[in-house]
Amino acid sequence: MAYSNKVMDHYNHPRNVGQLDKASAEVGTGLVGAPECGDVMRLQIRVNPETQVIEEAKFKTFGCGSAIASSSLATEWIKGRTVNDALSIKNTDIVKELSLPPVKIHCSVLAEDAIRAAIGDWRKKNNVAEIAPLSPEK
Amino acid sequence: METKLSTAASQVEAPAGVHLPIYMDNHATTPLDPRVLEAMLPWLTTKFGNAASRNHSFGWEAEQAVDAAREQIAKLIGATAKEIIFTSGATESDNLAIKGIAEMYRERGKAIITQVTEHKAVLDTCKRLEKYGSRVTYLPVKADGTIDLEDLKRAIDDETVLVTIMAANNEIGVLQPIREIGRICHERGVLFHTDAVQAVGKVPFNVIDDFVDAASISAHKIYGPKGVGALYVRRRNPRVQIAPQIDGGGHERGMRSGTLNVPGIVGMGKACEIAHQEMVEEGLRLSTLRDRLKTKLESELDYVHVNGSMEHRLPGNLNMSFVYVEGESLLMGINDVAVSSGSACTSATLEPSYVLKALGLGDDVAHSSIRFGLGRFNTEAEVDYVAAKVIQVVRHLRELSPLYEMVKDGIDITKVQWAAH
Repeated sequence: MAYSNKVMDHYNHPRNVGQLDKASAEVGTGLVGAPECGDVMRLQIRVNPETQVIEEAKFKTFGCGSAIASSSLATEWIKGRTVNDALSIKNTDIVKELSLPPVKIHCSVLAEDAIRAAIGDWRKKNNVAEIAPLSPEK
Repeated sequence: METKLSTAASQVEAPAGVHLPIYMDNHATTPLDPRVLEAMLPWLTTKFGNAASRNHSFGWEAEQAVDAAREQIAKLIGATAKEIIFTSGATESDNLAIKGIAEMYRERGKAIITQVTEHKAVLDTCKRLEKYGSRVTYLPVKADGTIDLEDLKRAIDDETVLVTIMAANNEIGVLQPIREIGRICHERGVLFHTDAVQAVGKVPFNVIDDFVDAASISAHKIYGPKGVGALYVRRRNPRVQIAPQIDGGGHERGMRSGTLNVPGIVGMGKACEIAHQEMVEEGLRLSTLRDRLKTKLESELDYVHVNGSMEHRLPGNLNMSFVYVEGESLLMGINDVAVSSGSACTSATLEPSYVLKALGLGDDVAHSSIRFGLGRFNTEAEVDYVAAKVIQVVRHLRELSPLYEMVKDGIDITKVQWAAH
């Protein structure tokens, strides 16, 4: 199985590797996967409290090249987006961007889970509710 | 806080004399020894006769060449030429031995004993026999990869007709106590088959001294061609009979029908002859190289772990886990070196190595394992390059690893609640 150029690029030059201060109120941390599965992703976001824009994102991943690329790409995509906007990222977008073969699709799912987990953690810490669904027109 | 990443593995330069890509996966297959190719060529060109053609010189010379090869193979393992049956490879040999013996001796009993780290050719064959009514016992292995002889003794009963245990494991290189197993089987009147594929020509193996009744051999693991193997079947003390699994023509004394792969057989014979002559010296050279690789890796990296016994091991094998780094990502980083991994991501089924699991290793350690298989054509310069490359890549990946960071921060990973998907 040959890796796509984009996967190799993220692997050799991963974006936004590192960590943010877990204790800070502005930081949301998502830790997904499990060592036994061979995939663990930690994705962290720092959110501007007024604008709800994700100003910084960091990741670290234990996993195959596709998992590393998926999480690296995720941090690239969510930076500069609002928290609600970031939730619209689907794993299928990641699959398409990285040309992931079927056997690696689960890596993109984990990356999507990591985004949601980080946002969920930030929301919980800041008592921010999810968007209420639009009420029907009267 | 921005983490400054160490430079990627592409920084490691290949010295003069090291040709990339480097092949270090000699348990998967081996390149043809040039001497083997030379021996085979006439049989692929001008001497193309069918060894079973009784009535002309094309057939006679092919038959002679096959007989000569039989001798060469027999000599390597301490057998006689008549005891060698040619097959398409060790998978077929394993099938023939186990199914052939089970069928032939079914009146005597239906129980078979094997162990959990066997090659799939043995395990899957046993599973099929279970469907047909055999009772199979799968002995566990100790943490070092060897079976407990007391477990074996306890498992043998009046119904047992066959014990099949491999001489050397293809993943972790661990050697089973074949002579002791053979002796126990002999004393209890039970037949002993061994998948000797990885052991033959690499470590001492003698069917008489080791009380072996049947043994599977593969050419392409010992610098011979693919598509040919052999099964040793004992003819004296006791005379072992096997039911053929392939019918038609009655070749190989009725035990394996089908036109013989003459060029392959000639190659296999030559490969065995070379192995017989060079085994001791080569074993020493390879274990020195392997130890050099191991020492370099251990001295530069923390949290590395050798899987399986170092004491009872093939000279060229090193199976090592680089904890907190996943195997496929490691292979990706050393992409000009051919090795393999026990990680789930590298297997077709997304299951981690069952051999490593049998050692009692956690899945996360299985996922971070790499198998280095040194062979005849690997050099010291290659070992040094590979070591440097692996060290660079492991360091790079550990900077990306949340597990490594947690461990360095003093967190006990085993206590973490993981949100697995």
